[in-house]
Amino acid sequence: MPDGANQWREETVRVDDTGLIVVTAGAGRPLLVLHDELGNPGALKWNRAIAARRTIITPLHPGFGRTPRADWICSIRDLAAFYARYLNENHPAPIDVIGFSLGGWIAAEMAACNPGQFRKMILVAPAGIRPPQGEILDFFQMMAPQQVLASVRDPAGTPEFAELYGGPMAPAQFESFEDARAQTARLAWTPFMHNPALPHLLGVAAGLPTLVMWGRQDGVVPPSAAERWRAAISGARVVMFDACGHRPEIERSADFIRETEAFLGD
Amino acid sequence: MHIMYFTERPYRAVSNDEVIKNGFFGIPNKHFDPAKGAVLLNEYLDEKILAEELGFDGVMLNEHHDTAFCMGSVMNVEASILARITKRVRIILLGNPLPVVGNPLRMAEELAMIDMISHGRLVTGWVRGAGSEQFATNANPGYNREYFNEAHDLVVQAWTRPGPWRYEGKHFHYRFVDPWALPLQKPHPPIWIPGLLSPETVVWCAQHRYPYIALATFLEPTVELWNIYRDAAAKEGYQVGPENFGYLQKVFVAETDEKARELAKWDMFGGAGIGYSLFGKPQWMFPPGYNSKDATRRVARQFSDPAAAKGSPFAGGNGPASDKKDSTAEERIAQSQIDVRAGAWSDDHVDIEATRKQILDAFPQVERAMQVICGTPKTVIPKIRKVLEVLRPGIFGFWQNDGPISSEARTQNIRMIAEEVMPATREIAKELGLVSPFEVKPGSRKLPASGIPESVGSLAPLGS
Repeated sequence: MPDGANQWREETVRVDDTGLIVVTAGAGRPLLVLHDELGNPGALKWNRAIAARRTIITPLHPGFGRTPRADWICSIRDLAAFYARYLNENHPAPIDVIGFSLGGWIAAEMAACNPGQFRKMILVAPAGIRPPQGEILDFFQMMAPQQVLASVRDPAGTPEFAELYGGPMAPAQFESFEDARAQTARLAWTPFMHNPALPHLLGVAAGLPTLVMWGRQDGVVPPSAAERWRAAISGARVVMFDACGHRPEIERSADFIRETEAFLGD
Repeated sequence: MHIMYFTERPYRAVSNDEVIKNGFFGIPNKHFDPAKGAVLLNEYLDEKILAEELGFDGVMLNEHHDTAFCMGSVMNVEASILARITKRVRIILLGNPLPVVGNPLRMAEELAMIDMISHGRLVTGWVRGAGSEQFATNANPGYNREYFNEAHDLVVQAWTRPGPWRYEGKHFHYRFVDPWALPLQKPHPPIWIPGLLSPETVVWCAQHRYPYIALATFLEPTVELWNIYRDAAAKEGYQVGPENFGYLQKVFVAETDEKARELAKWDMFGGAGIGYSLFGKPQWMFPPGYNSKDATRRVARQFSDPAAAKGSPFAGGNGPASDKKDSTAEERIAQSQIDVRAGAWSDDHVDIEATRKQILDAFPQVERAMQVICGTPKTVIPKIRKVLEVLRPGIFGFWQNDGPISSEARTQNIRMIAEEVMPATREIAKELGLVSPFEVKPGSRKLPASGIPESVGSLAPLGS
């Protein structure tokens, strides 16, 4: 089992004229990981566990800090097309994908354009579809530290949250969040964090094996949206976690790992 | 020297408690009474007529949204009226927030109409809009600088390039540009740029040969900023002079120093006061992507440590600049503004009485730093001389009457400044050779033979 930073490899892959930084770990059938609106949080329990049997491929979205911004990428659909090209040139289709929040939205836009890119798709509290009850939290009206705190139900009771974000926030961490937030604004300022066309576009992905996971106390993307996702992707399965906010992968990591492994299979 | 009059046109009927609780941005508009607004807006227009009658060269307006701080939500409406009801003064717009307006062609038309109706008295200027404005108008802060640059270029083109033509830009697209509203002044009205010492903006001004107007900033970083302008101008091949610089100074005058101070201290709740601490909470002042990478780094230092984010709205706002010795001039200038504006707003319960006292208690410090000059004419003139000697601006704005100040006191202030302070100011400016952009074209001075540009401002007079 890969455990420790030296098993995480980093490479720069040229896509169009952008040097995309891709972090990779593990071995086996590849799993594309699309990170959320705060950037890639790094090695967590869940991806360490999955990396035992899978090659985890985590590209760092352009403009989120490490990978340079590409001026022409102005929407989540642009970014989805960028990743479609990355996959086309680097990994034979179909590939498994897991996307978190904004990353889930990217995965869904990719599936809506070409569901054949994916073998199986996991969406974790995805943005992209406007919830029928409640609105997606306007985290742009918060400073980054408050946004991070709002992402979990019980920061003090979430050990991995403390490991990731505990203690005083270093200026470098703050800057990294600001990079991610700035690019998120460029991509998703309005309509905020959703695409009204997406539920219609996803009709083409009917039958794509899809698992949607959500925390019942998600304070960022209201879980009422889960039903919309189930309706949009025919055959999608929805798993709701109790006592869980927007980050099931750290708030309910054991259950999350079990569901993920069971769904992905070999 | 060009001397102008400026006030933020505050909505003075707002409760001081609400300002302390919220900052100016984000006070629920149930606290706004249009009947009182109607009286105030007309009063502010009348003040401009008075300023003209009393001999000011220009009347300056600005624009802010969703705030009791400034009632100029659509400044061009006020400017349009002034174009007709005044006869002589320059109408100076500092500035239109290009990124948040969203339609630069419409902006070009509006301003051209104002210039024609005023028979060529418009001076126009551009700003990026405060952070809060991006929320108030839903302008994407991640593209703020791009919107600004593109909209500016488009407006100038719309004024100067014979139509019809087609425009395909990154953010703006027009299939038919042929406005039948063109400025009377050729090639276009003067453009001045106001700011709070963003080095990026200053360099941009130098490149475009636009005068830069510092808005009541601390003197020391302002001089350093002049030097950044000077160096950027030298790269463009010209020597800066007073015509490249303007300064807005808060001045309150009364029959006695005590009376003037009593008025001026309320400015702490109205205008910039000790800075923009009361303008809005940090999450509204620093929207994502609004700042450059360098500025974000400075914000990060302010906000990354939760301990630093506690305390009064004035935390960190007491010094003219960061005292870090190893920082560059640009960093110190920008940090001084971040310190003042960030103000570290705690989300905890606000003790209104304690905060009010703290704000008022900080006034002597503001006065010492000459952020506000107040007193009898005899007291204030030497201080104004000092500011003029340090900064040597060709444009000077008297900024006053912000905060809950009565109509009578406002009028008296304007009168006393015009009649008893302005003549002396003109004399000092003449003695110091402070020429305005109307006397010497900005960017027209030649560099010295050595190629090394000369400074305009100097801190030396502060030492005397």
